[in-house]
Amino acid sequence: MKHSTLSTAALLFMTTLVAALVPTPAFAQLDLAGTWANRLHEDWTDRMPGPDVVDYLGLPLNDQGRARGLSYSAAQLSMPERQCMYYQPFYLNMGPQSFKMWSESEPVTGRLVAWKISGAVDRGGRTIWMDGRPHPSDNALHTFGGFSTGVWQGNTLTVRTTHMKAGYVRRNGVPSSPNTVLTEHFIRHGDVMTVISVVEDPAYLSEHYVLSRNWQLDAVTPVSPYPRQCDPEVEVPGIGSAGTVPHYLPGQNPFTTEVGDLYHLPLDAVLGGPETLYPEYRKKLKDSYSLPGTCSRYCCGWAGNNLPSGLKCTIWTM
Amino acid sequence: MTVSRRAVGLLWSSLLAATTASVGLGAAAHPAAQAAGAQRPPASPPPAPAAAPRALTPKAAAPIDLTGYWVSVVTEDWRWRMVTPARNDFASLPMTREAEAVGNAWDPAKDEAAGEQCKSYGAPAVMHVPGRLHITWQDESTLKVETDAGTQVRVFHFGAWAAPAGEPTWQGDSVAEWETPEPPANAPPPRPAGPAKFGNLKVVTTHLRPGYIRKNGAPYSANAVLTEYWDLNVEENGERWLVVTSIVHDPQYLRMDWITSPNFKAEPNGAKWDPSPCSSFW
Repeated sequence: MKHSTLSTAALLFMTTLVAALVPTPAFAQLDLAGTWANRLHEDWTDRMPGPDVVDYLGLPLNDQGRARGLSYSAAQLSMPERQCMYYQPFYLNMGPQSFKMWSESEPVTGRLVAWKISGAVDRGGRTIWMDGRPHPSDNALHTFGGFSTGVWQGNTLTVRTTHMKAGYVRRNGVPSSPNTVLTEHFIRHGDVMTVISVVEDPAYLSEHYVLSRNWQLDAVTPVSPYPRQCDPEVEVPGIGSAGTVPHYLPGQNPFTTEVGDLYHLPLDAVLGGPETLYPEYRKKLKDSYSLPGTCSRYCCGWAGNNLPSGLKCTIWTM
Repeated sequence: MTVSRRAVGLLWSSLLAATTASVGLGAAAHPAAQAAGAQRPPASPPPAPAAAPRALTPKAAAPIDLTGYWVSVVTEDWRWRMVTPARNDFASLPMTREAEAVGNAWDPAKDEAAGEQCKSYGAPAVMHVPGRLHITWQDESTLKVETDAGTQVRVFHFGAWAAPAGEPTWQGDSVAEWETPEPPANAPPPRPAGPAKFGNLKVVTTHLRPGYIRKNGAPYSANAVLTEYWDLNVEENGERWLVVTSIVHDPQYLRMDWITSPNFKAEPNGAKWDPSPCSSFW
């Protein structure tokens, strides 16, 4: 017993010593742990009910990206092998969900090994490796979650994700290639978290696609760290013929003019492109644009069309 | 768990050696500890204490350089920012019922006639208006942000600045500070002088003339408080991006804080600077 006590003390001492020898970071890194409730104060319609079928407003698409988007049919979701394509890491900034974040540390030294982000609906949980490990070889397996590493830059956690499968950058079939690189900056100011995602995909984008979204620390919102992940199912057996991918041939997408008609916007704006993101384009629209009258749908959020006037903006607009 | 006495003795010996090494390492890594660890008294009288380092001005202490030209890159809320949205299109805005009533009464012609065409260019809204920013230091403790859209000027005052009395304005009174990461509790004492390597700008704006947070009449009140965090990131391709996280607190017209974060990209010069006046319609 005496030996055991001595050895325990020695191990404790050793543990303390090892911890003391671990290099001290230059800054006290911010604690990002907690439940973060989404604040859908930008692009509510894209993130809640979802965008219109052909709504590429604000996307720096190139010709290939636009052509792939226009060929997309939502009936592809009837194919089990395509049902999980939406749930990549950048779905965090595309979707409506809140998330939980926590760290995992090496048990002896206490050194941070990884940050974890909970899954949401069908997006799987994420691991952001903080221990300096390299990204895998270019030939390594690609997954919907990809491979993420992070570094602190002052109070900003910068995360780089590679090795994702082909997927989508908007919830209406705008594509992302398997060579997409995602850089994210997690920035905490008090109880507000801003996540900036920078999507780099030369196959389909003419320039970086930058989105920044915001969450608030929230001890009340229930978020499971490990929700059910995407689980493909055959929902409509027999649709189409085996081996056929539902699609539209070039020039045959019937929804191309829908958004332009509804909001009085020119087709080149609706179809996206880098030139449409800058103030010069706004000035170009000035003389041709006419106000579309009174808002007719989603004016105040999810339930806006179904509630009596006077109530419609006070519910479901978060 | 049983461990032989000999093994324990060996363990303690190695721990002692490691401890000695760690003290040595710590001293080597820490100049202050090195000085404190000197055993001999100084051979000559100690030098006179150095003068306390002069505090840096906010301009000199800037951990990030925000000066220059920046352009809005409208990848978010395109339909509500690049064009004037339809009447009563208030999606994404957590408005109160009172605010909805005010918004539904929007009359741009009346605003224009009343000389209130800048109502959608006030501080809570102007960063969302597609355009360019020109950021300069007005003096050592005042940062100036000009917008070409609506030709507005925001002035950020650092330090103990007292707002002058007077009528509220579109851009209000803004107090600014640099926020820099705190060193950990067991870190060496900070070196004197020199700006911090990392940080962000925090700006709090009050005393605002009532206006619109959206072009189509969604209102903010005279009691609105705007808190902003200006963060700068440099991407791997060298692009510099400015993201302004904006929090509008206005219990009269907002059920909860309205939190948004418009994005700007750095431009090399002012070649594309193109001032345009406020407009109620566009």
